[in-house]
Amino acid sequence: MEIPHNAPSLPATLLPAFLLLLILSFYFYGMYLLRRKGKSWGWYRATFFGMGICMLLYAFSPALTSYAHHDIRGHMVQHLLIGMLAPLGLVLGAPLTLTLRILPAQTGRRISAFFSSSLIHFLGHPVTALMLNIGGMFLLYLTPLFALMKHHMWLHYLVHFHFLAAGYLFTWSIAGPDPAPGRPSLRLRLLVLFISMASHAYLSKLMYVHLLPRHTTFHPDAIQEAALLMYYGGDLAEVLLAIAFFTVWFRRKINPNKLAPFVR
Amino acid sequence: MNQQPPSAQAASRSFRVAFLIGVGIMAAIDEIVFHQLLAWHHFYDRATPEWALFSDGLLHAAELLALVSGFFLLSDIRRQNQLLKYWAWAGFFMGMGAFQLFDGIVDHKLLKLHQVRYGVENLLWYDIGWNAFGVLLLLLGWSLRLKAKRTDRTHTL
Repeated sequence: MEIPHNAPSLPATLLPAFLLLLILSFYFYGMYLLRRKGKSWGWYRATFFGMGICMLLYAFSPALTSYAHHDIRGHMVQHLLIGMLAPLGLVLGAPLTLTLRILPAQTGRRISAFFSSSLIHFLGHPVTALMLNIGGMFLLYLTPLFALMKHHMWLHYLVHFHFLAAGYLFTWSIAGPDPAPGRPSLRLRLLVLFISMASHAYLSKLMYVHLLPRHTTFHPDAIQEAALLMYYGGDLAEVLLAIAFFTVWFRRKINPNKLAPFVR
Repeated sequence: MNQQPPSAQAASRSFRVAFLIGVGIMAAIDEIVFHQLLAWHHFYDRATPEWALFSDGLLHAAELLALVSGFFLLSDIRRQNQLLKYWAWAGFFMGMGAFQLFDGIVDHKLLKLHQVRYGVENLLWYDIGWNAFGVLLLLLGWSLRLKAKRTDRTHTL
């Protein structure tokens, strides 16, 4: 098998960076507008968002992209950044809240109506988001999809976009500060987070044991190292997500006369 | 309201939350010391049955969540002035002991995820040592639990 001929062209490497920097400048511009209106916006939110963007910039950088093309360990670093760590930063940056605050009330109401629609409600349900997120990973590593991706550039981009979109959706459905009308109970979200952590650990062990994905030219040692990266890197990302989840719970106003507002 | 005698609810909350933390800490010690530093344990050995991999994933997730949720619940009890020291320490050590024993019997022997150490002839002694340590932690926790009960009684009198 030959090394695929899909080393990305220059525009292909510059486009993501351009889009990411554009989004970041919109974010900062939004902060500026908000401050001019005399309202404050926490710097910690901007820091989270900026960290998310930086991680994506690195993940899509030519250096990491070309490393990921010929080494599954590079792919795994990319996967962890695009699908897990960067979405956490972006979600904690609460871009939707920022947008709603700077837009005129009427536009804001229209956007809110869109987010209360049944389609978004269905897509943003933690169980749907879990299926899209972890289901996509099982599909990628257990089926010939991974090998196919190496030969079709469009599929490659689609997979990366899916990682980012599904990762963002999942993170938002579990612990996002952005408005989420009709969000299910804490108990259900905790259960979904638990299943996600377990499935991620299970999938990385399967990869380690059976040297998955199949039909690739990677050295078995490299696959096992990639699986370990996925296992421990996934731990890190999901523990951070759990911390974000519990922070939301902890910061809720509690009634001091009542014990145990938690899941019971 | 804070001057009330320790309630039974506060005692059981302190115990259970610290138990969760104990489980999580012991799991973390196992992961860091035996898997990473000593490399006695293996990530996977060929004797592991296929179905055990999935249950291992569930256990792993439960351990991580125990640690994170435990610390948040602990902070919550503290800010409500409901944390009882001896009950919490009792729960902590019993959680550690319970995990150690569970790991030694279920993970190592029933699920056969990995053994205590590889390439040694006297694995039985390693297993006995492992589980004896678990029992010791449980006993320590139990004695603290008795002390907690005694302290409660003197407070209520």
